[in-house]
Amino acid sequence: METMPMTFMDQLLYMVILLAKILLIVVPLILAVAYYTYMERKVIGYMQIRRGPNRIGPLGLFQPFADVFKLLLKEIVIPENANKFLFLLAPVLSLAPAFAAWAVVPFDDWAVVADIDAGLLYILAMSSLGVYGLIIAGWASNSKYAFLGALRSSAQMVSYEVAMGFALVGVLILAGSLNLREIVLAQQGGVLDWFWLPLLPLFGIYVISGVAETNRAPFDVAEGESEIVAGFHVEYAGAGFAIFFLAEYANMILISALTSIFFAGGWLSPFEGLPLIGDTFLGEGSMVWFFAKTVFFMYLFLWWRATFPRYRYDQIMRLGWKVFVPITIVWVLVAAVISVFGLITRGS
Amino acid sequence: MDAIIRYLKSLMLLELAQGAGVTLKYFFSPKFTINYPEEKTPKSPRFRGLHALRRYPNGEERCIACKLCEAVCPALAITIDSTLREDGTRRTTRYEIDLFKCIYCGFCEESCPVDSIVETDIHEFHFEYRGEHIMTKEKLLAVGDRFEESIAANRRQDAAYR
Repeated sequence: METMPMTFMDQLLYMVILLAKILLIVVPLILAVAYYTYMERKVIGYMQIRRGPNRIGPLGLFQPFADVFKLLLKEIVIPENANKFLFLLAPVLSLAPAFAAWAVVPFDDWAVVADIDAGLLYILAMSSLGVYGLIIAGWASNSKYAFLGALRSSAQMVSYEVAMGFALVGVLILAGSLNLREIVLAQQGGVLDWFWLPLLPLFGIYVISGVAETNRAPFDVAEGESEIVAGFHVEYAGAGFAIFFLAEYANMILISALTSIFFAGGWLSPFEGLPLIGDTFLGEGSMVWFFAKTVFFMYLFLWWRATFPRYRYDQIMRLGWKVFVPITIVWVLVAAVISVFGLITRGS
Repeated sequence: MDAIIRYLKSLMLLELAQGAGVTLKYFFSPKFTINYPEEKTPKSPRFRGLHALRRYPNGEERCIACKLCEAVCPALAITIDSTLREDGTRRTTRYEIDLFKCIYCGFCEESCPVDSIVETDIHEFHFEYRGEHIMTKEKLLAVGDRFEESIAANRRQDAAYR
């Protein structure tokens, strides 16, 4: 940043541009969340040989809006003896990090709000912050079910964060940078140069931990219907519930986007460097590739939800600590060896 | 050795991939759902739905108040009063079916010697006010008049098996 003293107009302009950038990310993100819920219902419906929502609007495309308006118009119920301040703060606390993390996500080589060098650390910090919203929601509700659900999901999120962090260490070693844009650029050179191949176990672990981190099926013990109803947000209705919902889905989209950045080459084209097709427009990296990859990982979330039965709680903990953490540690060593002996070519 | 192989197998997530394959297959398979109000599943001509009283083609009501249906009705849903009409035939003055009592067994239809009381294939009907569930003679005749064509067609189709 320049040290020149900024005039008031300059500062104002800076603020306006920054706000415009934020809106440019948040509004499409909220729309994406709305249509992710639609996609979820459609995909799971299709996998269960049903049609999914198709009544409201053509192909049911207005269904998300109907849902949103229904939720927003509902009464907000604050449980008796609940800590009102924390009860209302919790949804905001879980939503804010889910949105804030998008600041460092590079959609394209030039399209990133904050191109900071500690991008990955920032992402890790933000995704850890989400746990607070959840614990506070569970505690402030003054309900044993909400509390148990909060304990379950926070323990689960904390455990899987370890494996997730280790998986990212592998990426760091190979990319040699914490800057998300540079991590993507380090993967240049076509589908086989992306980090998913040299870091295959870490890739798998990252995706699975991502599912566990967002408390999605098959790791959704937090909302085991038969035991604790809906987990930490049982006591929330209407708008509060909608915000938790928004946060959960924004997190899922975030994890998908991050997976495509860390392991699938972000905005880079899979045809890059191939003869013939690599020279056409298909070989160029663009935002479209990034979105396509993100949607693919988003689809994985839904696909697995439609396929796998829920894990038992102790199995989740065993998987996280006794399987994922050792594997990641071993593979971090492998990544170090790959990096030191220059077994892969690092792009640019 | 077996244990190691099993462990490696579970690490490869083969069985999970297999399961995901199954759901992916169903993702692309044709869907069973019928878009109900627009599409409907085929109905048997023997479908036992809303009742109707039929008429002869000349407009004379078929029912001769023999009360066989009232006698056979296992739910006691049918109530009939009869009288002698001016032309000397026996006719009903009251013919009521309580649709809340009715179990749609079709015995009334079977017992009827003149094919007067029938059960149509209409299953989409509702009541908005208390008391509407009593189908009076007028209502039953109106149903019969309105759907005579389909009632007759269904009877014709099934006649060989009755």
